[in-house]
Amino acid sequence: MTHEPTTAERPGGVRGIDRGRRRATWTRDITIAIAVLAILGWAANDLSLSPDRFVQGIPSLIDFLAKMFPPDFSVIPGLLSAIVTTLSVALWGTTLAVVISLFLALGAARNLFGSNRLIYGFSRFILSVLRSLPDLVWALIFVAAVGLGPFPGVLALTVYSCGELGKLHAEAIENIDPGPTEALESTGAGAFTTIRWAIVPQVMPEVVTYSLYRLESNVRHAFILGMVGAGGLGFELQVAMKLFKYQEVSAIIILIILTVATIDFISSRIRARII
Amino acid sequence: MTAAITFEDVHQSYRGPDQAVLRGVDLTIEEGDFCIILGRSGMGKSTLLRCVNGLVQPYQGTVTVAGRQVSRHKSTLRGIRRRTGVIFQGYNLVNRLTALQNVLCGMLPDLPGYRALLGAFTAAEIERGLALLRDVGLENRADQRVDQLSGGQKQRVGIARVLAQEPTIILADEPVASLDPVTSEDILSRLRSISREKGITVVISLHQIEYARSYGERIIALLDGRLAIDTRGSELSPEHIDRIYGLSPERARG
Repeated sequence: MTHEPTTAERPGGVRGIDRGRRRATWTRDITIAIAVLAILGWAANDLSLSPDRFVQGIPSLIDFLAKMFPPDFSVIPGLLSAIVTTLSVALWGTTLAVVISLFLALGAARNLFGSNRLIYGFSRFILSVLRSLPDLVWALIFVAAVGLGPFPGVLALTVYSCGELGKLHAEAIENIDPGPTEALESTGAGAFTTIRWAIVPQVMPEVVTYSLYRLESNVRHAFILGMVGAGGLGFELQVAMKLFKYQEVSAIIILIILTVATIDFISSRIRARII
Repeated sequence: MTAAITFEDVHQSYRGPDQAVLRGVDLTIEEGDFCIILGRSGMGKSTLLRCVNGLVQPYQGTVTVAGRQVSRHKSTLRGIRRRTGVIFQGYNLVNRLTALQNVLCGMLPDLPGYRALLGAFTAAEIERGLALLRDVGLENRADQRVDQLSGGQKQRVGIARVLAQEPTIILADEPVASLDPVTSEDILSRLRSISREKGITVVISLHQIEYARSYGERIIALLDGRLAIDTRGSELSPEHIDRIYGLSPERARG
C-alpha cells in the first residue's frame, strides 16, 4: 500500500484551506454590512430623518416639557378608577390568554401531536395567525364587533397574547424530558393523567415565567389600547393631551411609570418564589 | 408453574425487516422468575422488554402477559401496564415532584379520573406511599424533591413507584447502568428479595456479566435477534459469555 500524504503534508493543506475559507467569510461579511447600511440609508432618506431637524426641534421640546411642569397631582385621586380599569384589562387579557394558549400549545407541541397532522397543523396555524396581527389591529376589529370600552381591549390582549404565549408554551413542552411521560404511560395512566403528572410539573416554571412577563407587557399594552378607546389611564392621557392640559399629562405619565414599575416588581417577586 | 410472559416468534424492527432487532424470539418466563437478559448493545434487550408492556409493538408474532395478548387495544394495554412495573436506566422520575409524589404516581391509574387529575390522595394512600418509601429506606426523604437525591436514591424511589402499582411483573431496563458497584448491588439485591418475598416476576436487562452470574436465577441472552442462551445463573460459563460478546473465554473471565 502506498503512503497517502496526510492533509497537513499536502501542499496548501490545512492552513491553505483555512486561509481560503477565512477570506471568503471576510468578503461575505463586508458585502452583508454594505447591504445593511444601504437599506438603512435608503430608509432614512425615505423617512426624511435628519439630525438638523432634531436639533432645531430641541427648543420646542424644552418648551413642551416646561408646560408639563409642575405636574398637577391633584388629578390623581380622580384617576384611581382608571388605573384599576387598565390593570383589570391586562389581568383578564393575560388570564384568558394563558388558559387558551396552553390548550393550543399542547396541540402545537411536536412531541405530543407531531404525528397527528390535523391537530398539530391546525394549532400551529391558529397560533401564527393570532401572532401576525398586532393587538392594536385586533382591538379595532373587536371594537367593530362589541363596541368601545375595556371589553374589546381585553379581547385584543387575549388574542394577541395567546399567539405569543402559545408559541413559547409549545416550545417549553417540546423541551421536556420524555422519561417521566414514558414512565407514567408505563403505569397504564391515561393521556390526561400523564399530562397532569409528567408534563405539567416540568413546564410549570416556564409557563409561570412567560405568563408573568406577558402580564407586565400587557399592562403597557393596556395603556396604548386605552388611547384608542379601551378606557383606563391611556384614555385619560389622550383626553388630557387633546385638551392641552400638559400638567395633567405629566401627572398621568408619572402614574403610568409607577404602575408599571410596581407590577414589574410584584411579578419578579412571584417569579423568584415559584422557580 | 404458569407462564407470566410468553413471546412467540416475535419480530421487531425500527427500520424495516432487513435491519430487524428481534428476528423470531420464542421465550416463556414463568411466574416468579428472576430473569436477567444479557446481550451486546443494540441486540434488542430493551426492545424485548418494551414489547411486554406495549411501548413497542412487534410487527410479527405475539406477546402474552398473564394470559392476555399485548395489542394496541387501549384498555387491554392499560390493564397490562397497570400490573407491569417498569424501572428505567434514567430513573424517569418527575424531577420537580417530591419522592412521595413520585411514588404516588404509581397509584394514579387505579384512582378515579378526577382524583388522579387533582392529586387528591386519601390518607391511606399517602400512608401506603410512605410505607413503600420506608421499605426502600427513604422515608426521611419523602418530602424532598427527587432532583436533590443521588442516583441510587432515585432508583430506590423508582422501585417504590413500581411497587405502588402492586405489580405482578417488574421489568427493569438496565437499572444499574448509571450507578456505582456498591449501589448497583444494593438495587439488584432489593429487586431479588422483592421477587422472592412477593412472588413477583422480575425481568432485568444488564450488561455486567458478574452481576448476572451472582444475581440471575435464570439468564437469557439475545444474539442476532434470537434467543441464544437460556441457562441458570450458576451455570453461566465462559463459553456462553464468549458467544454473547464474542470475547475469548480468558478475557471474559477477567
